[in-house]
Amino acid sequence: MINMSQITKVYNTGNVAFEALRGIDLDVADNEYIAIVGPSGSGKSTLMNLMGCLDTPSSGKYELEGHRVDALTANQLAEIRNTKVGFVFQAFNLLPYASAYENVELPLLFAGMRARERRMRVMELLNRVGLGDKIANKPTEMSGGEMQRTAIARALANRPKLILADEPTGNLDTKSGAEIIRIFDELWETGHTVIVITHDINIANHCKRVIKLKDGMIFNGIGARVN
Amino acid sequence: MISLMSFKQFFRDIRNQKMRTLMTTFGILWGTVAIILLMAFGDGIRQEQIKEMRGLGEDIAIIWGGMTSRPWQGLPRGRRVRFTEEDVAAMKSTIKSIVRISPEFTGWSVRLKTRDAVKQTRVSGVWPEFGEMRNIIPAPGGRFINALDMAEKRRVIFLGDRRARELFGTTDAVGKTVLVDNIPFTVIGVMQSKEQNSSYGGRDDRQGYIPTTTFKTIRSYRYPNNIIVQSPNPYSMEVIKDAINSYMSKKYAYDPEDTEALSIWDTTEGFRFIMNFFRAFTAFLIGIGCMTLITGGIGVTNIMNVVLEERTKEIGIKMALGAKKSVIMFQFMLETLILTAIGGALGLGLAALIIKVFPSSFEDFIGHPMINLEGAVFAVAVLGIVALVSGYFPARRAASLEPVKALKLF
Repeated sequence: MINMSQITKVYNTGNVAFEALRGIDLDVADNEYIAIVGPSGSGKSTLMNLMGCLDTPSSGKYELEGHRVDALTANQLAEIRNTKVGFVFQAFNLLPYASAYENVELPLLFAGMRARERRMRVMELLNRVGLGDKIANKPTEMSGGEMQRTAIARALANRPKLILADEPTGNLDTKSGAEIIRIFDELWETGHTVIVITHDINIANHCKRVIKLKDGMIFNGIGARVN
Repeated sequence: MISLMSFKQFFRDIRNQKMRTLMTTFGILWGTVAIILLMAFGDGIRQEQIKEMRGLGEDIAIIWGGMTSRPWQGLPRGRRVRFTEEDVAAMKSTIKSIVRISPEFTGWSVRLKTRDAVKQTRVSGVWPEFGEMRNIIPAPGGRFINALDMAEKRRVIFLGDRRARELFGTTDAVGKTVLVDNIPFTVIGVMQSKEQNSSYGGRDDRQGYIPTTTFKTIRSYRYPNNIIVQSPNPYSMEVIKDAINSYMSKKYAYDPEDTEALSIWDTTEGFRFIMNFFRAFTAFLIGIGCMTLITGGIGVTNIMNVVLEERTKEIGIKMALGAKKSVIMFQFMLETLILTAIGGALGLGLAALIIKVFPSSFEDFIGHPMINLEGAVFAVAVLGIVALVSGYFPARRAASLEPVKALKLF
C-alpha cells in the first residue's frame, strides 16, 4: 500500500529551517490497522499529511499503491486525494454552510459522478455511518460525533482503500470516540487500510501495529506495542 | 463537466452563504446606483439647460441696425445704419463661414382673423432658412416656408403653436385660411411645441411667419428689422460678425471700430459660457463619480477580505477532497461574475425606479434625469473587476498552496 524511503520534510520559517521529518522509511501493507503515536511536534501530522498527499515531501521516495507520488503535479495529486485516500481530520473540516448531504457529495462532484449515482452513493454512505436521518443537518446542528461521522462518510465517498485519520477522536467525548473507532474497525474488517494518529493509549493498543515517532524519525518500528 | 458542477456548486454556495452573497451583491449594487444617479441627474441638468438655450436657435446671432457714434471720412456721427434684403443676400454669397442667414421683416401688430377669433400679433417676413436656424420645427403634417413660396410670393403663413390654438382651437390649422390684415392666407404649418428661455420681441409660439416677398406685398417696408445669421459652431461667430461689420462699414461708410453702428446679440457667447460651465460641471461630476467608484471599490474589497478567511478554509477543504485548482478558480470567477451581474442589474433597476418616481415638478429646474447606459455598464464593470481582482489573488494563492497550508492559513 505505502512504501516510503528517506522521506524528509523541511519547513522554512523565516531564517530557520525546521526539519519536521528526518528520513522516514516506512512500509505499510494492504489492510493494516496502524496507530501513529508520539509527542507533540514529533512529526506525526506531517507524516500523515504526506501520506494523504495534502503536502509534498522535501526529499525521498513515496509510492502509493505502487505508484510514485512524490513528484506529481498539483492536479495529479488532487486526483489521488480524490480517489485513493480518505482523510479524517481532528477538526472535521466540514464546509460550515453545507448540509451533511452536501458535504459528503463534494468528493463525488469533484470526481464528476453523475447525479443519480451520486445521490445513491451519498445516501448509502450516510446510512452506513448512521446519519441517514440527518442528511439535511448542517455542522452547526450536529454533535461532534455526528460531524466526525459525516467526515468519515465523506472520506469514504470515492471508495479509497487508504483511510487516514489525524486524531479523529481528539475533539470528541469518550462515547462518540468509541463510536468512531468502531467504524474504523469495520472499515479495517472490510479490507481498508486504516492509519490513525492518536494520543489515546487505548486506541493505540487497539490497533494492530503502532508506529512511534520522535523528533521526525521513526523511533520504534514494526510490531512494537506501547504501554 | 467542470462547468456544470461549478454551476451546481455555485447555486448551492449562493444559497448557503447568504451573508457573503448579500454583501458582495449589495456592495456592487450600491456603487452602481450611486454612479447612475449621479450621472443621470448631472446629464439631465445639462441637457435641460442646453435644450432651453437652443430654443431660440443654435449658434445664431441677431443683428440690428444702429446709429454711428463716430465721425468717419468727413461724415458726421448720428447717421442711421440699416441693411436691405439685398445686403443680406450679398453677405450670404460673400461670407463663406455663414451657414444660414435670413432677414426678418417685422410687422409688430398684424391682425389675424379666423371665424372664431381675432388676434393682434407679430408677423415676420423671413426666408426659408429662418425656420431651421431658429429651431422652428413644423409639427407633423405641416411645413415651413419654402423657395417656391418665396418665388411666387404666395400668401402662406406658418403659425406658432400657441397662436394656432388660439385661432383654430384644437382642430388642425394646416390648410385652413386665416385673414392677415384682411387678406386671406393659407396656413402651411404649425410650430412643434418647444422650450425657449430667451427671445427678442416675443416667444415663437405666438408668432406668424410669411415669406419676405409676400411680406413686401402687404407692407411696403424697405428695411428688415433684423438679420439672423448662423455659424457652423459656437466658435466661428466672431469671424462672421467681423465680416458682416466689414461689409456694412464699407457699404455705408462708417468706422469699422464703431461698435454702435450695428447692434449684435451673439447667442454663442452665452452658449460658450454655459459650455465652459458645463465642462467644469462635467469634470466635477466625473471627479465625484470616480470617488464614488473608489468608495464602492473599497467596500467590495473589504467584503472580499472579510470573506477571505472563510474562503481560504473552504478552498483548503475542497482541495483536500480532490478539487483541482482550475475547478476552484473557475468557481470563484463564476461566482464573482454572476454576483457582479446581479448587483449591477439590481443597481440599474433601482436607479431606474428612483428616476421613475422622481417627481416631474422638479424637471423644469433640473431637467429629466436620463440613465447613461454606457456609464452604468462602465461602473458595474469597474466594480466587478475590483471584486474579481481583490478576491482573485488571495483565492489563487490559497488554491496554489498545498491543501494542508490552505487549511492552516488562519
